[in-house]
Amino acid sequence: METQHKHRSYEQLLLRLLSFVLVFGVWELAGRKPISVAFPTFTATLAAFVRLILDGTMLKAFGTTLVPLVIGISLVGIIGVLFGILMGLYRTFEWFTLPVFVIIQSAPMAALIPLITFLYGIGLGAKVLAVVLMAAPVIVLNSYKGIRNANPTLIQMGTSFLADERQRIFKIIIPDASGMIFAGLRLGVSSGFIGVILAELLITPTGIGDLITYYRALALYPEMFASIVAIVAFAAIVVGSLQRLEGVLFPRERKTAG
Amino acid sequence: MTANVVETSPVVEVKGISKTYPGGVEAIKNIDLQIPKGKLTTLLGPSGCGKTTLLKIIAGLLPQSGGEVLIGNTPVHGPGPERAFVFQDFALLPWASVLRNVSFGLELRKVPKEERHEVARKYIKEVGLEGFEDAYPHELSGGMRQRVGLARALTVDSDILLMDEPFASVDEQTRRKLQDDLLQLLEVEKKTVIFVTHSIEEAVYVSDHVALLGPRPSTIMRVIDTRLENVQGEDIRRSKRYLDLVEDLWQILKQYLV
Repeated sequence: METQHKHRSYEQLLLRLLSFVLVFGVWELAGRKPISVAFPTFTATLAAFVRLILDGTMLKAFGTTLVPLVIGISLVGIIGVLFGILMGLYRTFEWFTLPVFVIIQSAPMAALIPLITFLYGIGLGAKVLAVVLMAAPVIVLNSYKGIRNANPTLIQMGTSFLADERQRIFKIIIPDASGMIFAGLRLGVSSGFIGVILAELLITPTGIGDLITYYRALALYPEMFASIVAIVAFAAIVVGSLQRLEGVLFPRERKTAG
Repeated sequence: MTANVVETSPVVEVKGISKTYPGGVEAIKNIDLQIPKGKLTTLLGPSGCGKTTLLKIIAGLLPQSGGEVLIGNTPVHGPGPERAFVFQDFALLPWASVLRNVSFGLELRKVPKEERHEVARKYIKEVGLEGFEDAYPHELSGGMRQRVGLARALTVDSDILLMDEPFASVDEQTRRKLQDDLLQLLEVEKKTVIFVTHSIEEAVYVSDHVALLGPRPSTIMRVIDTRLENVQGEDIRRSKRYLDLVEDLWQILKQYLV
């Protein structure tokens, strides 16, 4: 049983590696053909990536890009979740604020990013705002839905065992909603990445966004691709780890078993 | 058979209770019922007849449209410490261990941790779940989950136990075992129990009195003495008294089926 399980996980790992090899192989071939002068091979991109890591350019760029991301996500992580919880708990609050977030969620927010420059200039504040605008809707709405859909039987159980308002909220409703709230945070982080890169491309070229535009201007395509792939891979790893963490903190069975 | 007459003094008195749901559905109409102290009284009737509605009004979980419920001469306004509820779908906190679930009623009453865990351990043992204190609900079978629900209701030391189709969500074999264990437990605990079921056999097997509810808008059609004092254990389901009672109840209920 144990060995069979191990065997299967080896097999899975092998398949995953194979899919990487396949994608990189096709990339390499397409680069060698070449399909465009602006399309470097996989090996050239990898070499550029190693160069950028070794001379510190990449780390410095990531350091710059992550600052507005971390600030923005921390802000919405606290204020947005609180907002969502209040909207879920109190009808008046819901009427007041829900339409705003529904509109923000359905609007193509990227279109608003150039507008931010007019209002907030080109500094750190503008980038933080871009992250907040992208991440807030999903974080707020997930928290709201988690609270609003809290299991009514559990709430009734609380009432029958004489829970007061505080206990009802902190011992039943919020724990019951926490899985959904966390899922909202994960989706928010992934939207936040979009926000910060858009800001760096459209507002002021800094960090990874600056690397991309700079190397494109110099026609150093391997370096440009290395920067793009690096941020994509980094975002995928961060969001993937959050998903893992979510699986550990809020296993599926615990959400459904009553 | 006795109609609406009981020998011991009533502990719960239902006087002219009616319930009309918003939208105009009349669930129960002008119900009068006296629940004797220290006995198990069952509300029996077809699905959707309002048995659970009546039980939840007695529990103070639903407001009535008319009439009043008296507990020891005091009218009911909401849940109280003298009543504990056992839910059909268990209503356990999926994120909490058996120990925390069982002691949850005491936790809401702000009983110190050591003390409430001690009480909870006693009742976990009493319902036969010793060794499962640290298990989570999703790791337990349906029957075991309901034992947790029962233990939780016992820890708060209420005189009145309200059980809403407690064994409806478990399989037949488990149900019979739970019925036996409940009866054994009640010999030690001496509670007044109001039990809701749609199973005639279950009603006759577990109760001292059965109150028959008709179809919607339902009223109490008859209260029948179903004590089986002269038969014991294994022989109950074969005894003439048991079989006669099951048949009598069926004959009465049958008239109201379409």
